[in-house]
Amino acid sequence: MIVHPYGDRALLVDLDDGEAALALADALRADPPEALGDLVPAARTVLLVAAEGAAVADLRAALAGVRPGERSAADDGEEVEIPVVYDGEDLDDVASLTGLSREEVVAAHTGQAWRVAFGGFAPGFGYLVGEDDRLHVPRREESRTRVPTGAVGLAGEYAGVYPRESPGGWQLIGRTDLAMFDLDRDPAALLRPGVRVRFTDVTGRTS
Amino acid sequence: MAATGPLALVEDLGRPGRAGIGVARSGAADRASLRLANRAVGNDEGAAAIEATFGGLALEVGDEGICLCVTGAPVDVTVDGRGAGSHAVLQVAAGSRVALGTPRAGLRSYVAVRGGIDVPEVLGARSRDVMAGLGPEPLAEGDVLPVGTPVGDLPGVDHLPWPDLDEPVVLRAVRGPRADWVEDVDLLTSTAWQATDRSNRVGTRLAGSSLRHSRDDQLPSEGAWRGAVQVPPSGEPVLFLADHPVTGGYPVVAVVVDEDVDRAAQVRPGQEVRFRWVGAP
Repeated sequence: MIVHPYGDRALLVDLDDGEAALALADALRADPPEALGDLVPAARTVLLVAAEGAAVADLRAALAGVRPGERSAADDGEEVEIPVVYDGEDLDDVASLTGLSREEVVAAHTGQAWRVAFGGFAPGFGYLVGEDDRLHVPRREESRTRVPTGAVGLAGEYAGVYPRESPGGWQLIGRTDLAMFDLDRDPAALLRPGVRVRFTDVTGRTS
Repeated sequence: MAATGPLALVEDLGRPGRAGIGVARSGAADRASLRLANRAVGNDEGAAAIEATFGGLALEVGDEGICLCVTGAPVDVTVDGRGAGSHAVLQVAAGSRVALGTPRAGLRSYVAVRGGIDVPEVLGARSRDVMAGLGPEPLAEGDVLPVGTPVGDLPGVDHLPWPDLDEPVVLRAVRGPRADWVEDVDLLTSTAWQATDRSNRVGTRLAGSSLRHSRDDQLPSEGAWRGAVQVPPSGEPVLFLADHPVTGGYPVVAVVVDEDVDRAAQVRPGQEVRFRWVGAP
C-alpha cells in the first residue's frame, strides 16, 4: 500500500490489485473515520478526501488504523438481480475472444456473482467485478458514438450497464429494461459500491 | 429571469459523498465567492445562488422586495438603470429590474438572495452539474425563481472586499501521484500556460507546452478530484473544476491547492496561468 499526497485535502492510496482496493474501500465504508469526507474507490486505488474541518494529516493517521478484511466480510451486502436479453451486437466477438460459444458466454455471465467495485463515467454506472476471468475481453477497437440505455457490456476485467444513452467502447452482449439510475427512486442509483449483482437470462421472454 | 447572459446556473456547495455512484461534488465553481455572498445576506454559506458566467444577467423582482449581493467576478450592477455596486448588500424593491454588466476581471459572478434560491433539491443539492446533466436546468429567460425563507439575521455589513483577481494567475500545486508518467513534470511550473476557449465547469484546458507521456501502458481508472491536473495523451493539461469526472484514466501529475481552485475558476479563456510547486501538508 502506497499513500500519495493528492493536493492539500486528499490522499490517493495505491493497492496491489482490485481485490485489495475493494477491501480497503469496504473497510472505510463500514467504519468511516471522522476525518474522512469523501471516498472514491477505483480499479487499483482509493482516493480519500478530508472532511470539512479535518486536516489531511488526520486522514493519514486514521488510514494507518484501518484493517481491511477479507472480501467475504462484505458478501452479505445487498443483492440486485438484473434481467438481461442476450442479443448484444458484440456477442459473437466476445464468444471468439473468449473461446466460448454464445451460450457459454451467457452462462458465464449469469453464472457468477458480480460486485460493484466503483462508479464513474456517468451517474449510475457501476464497474462490476466477477469471480473469474472467463469474460475478460478488451474494449472494442472503435468506440460507438451511441450506446443505448440499458446496454450490458464487458471491457477488461469489468461488466457494466449503460445507465443512459452515451458514447461507449465496451463489448455489448445484451440489454436490460431495469433502470440503473432514476431520480424518482430512492436510492437513485441501483449499483452502488459493494452491491452484489446477479444477471438472469430473459432472452425471448420480454419484448 | 429577464436575461441570462452566456450561462446562468443555480449552484450551492454541491453533492458530497456520491462519487461511488458516479456523481461528482459539483456546486459553485468559485466556492469562496458563493460563501461570501451568502454570508453577506445572512444565509447559510451553502444556500443556492445564481452563478452567472461572464455577466449579462437581468432579474425582475417579484411582488415582494428582496435583499441580494453580487460577489465573485466584479461587475457593474444596476437597479432600474442606476448604479448599485458589486460586492454590496442591496435592498431591492418589488418590481425592480436588477442587471449585471460584463465583469472587468474574472469569469463567474454570484448573485445570492436573502433566503436562498429555493428550487427543488436533486440528490441532496441545488447544483447544476453540466457534465452529468444533473440538477436544476440552466436558467432561461422567463424562468421564475422562488426565494426561500431567511434563516439568520443580516450581518449588518454593506460592502465586502473585492476579490484579488490580479494577474498573472499563479496557482499553488502539489506534485501529483502520477508525476512520473510524463517526461518532465517541471514543465508545468516553467511554462506560461494559456486557458483555452474549450474550458468550462468540468475543467480549465491549458495550452502552451506539451507534457509528453513517458510510458505507453494505460493507467487503470482512478479517482479524480477538484484541482487535479490531468494530462491526456495530447500533453495539454486539464485542471479539473466543479463538474469533473469522478474517475479518470489519464495521469494526474499535479493537484492544485484547494483554496487556489476557486481562483482557477475565475480564469478567462485566453488568460495566462502559471503553477508553483508547494509541498504536501
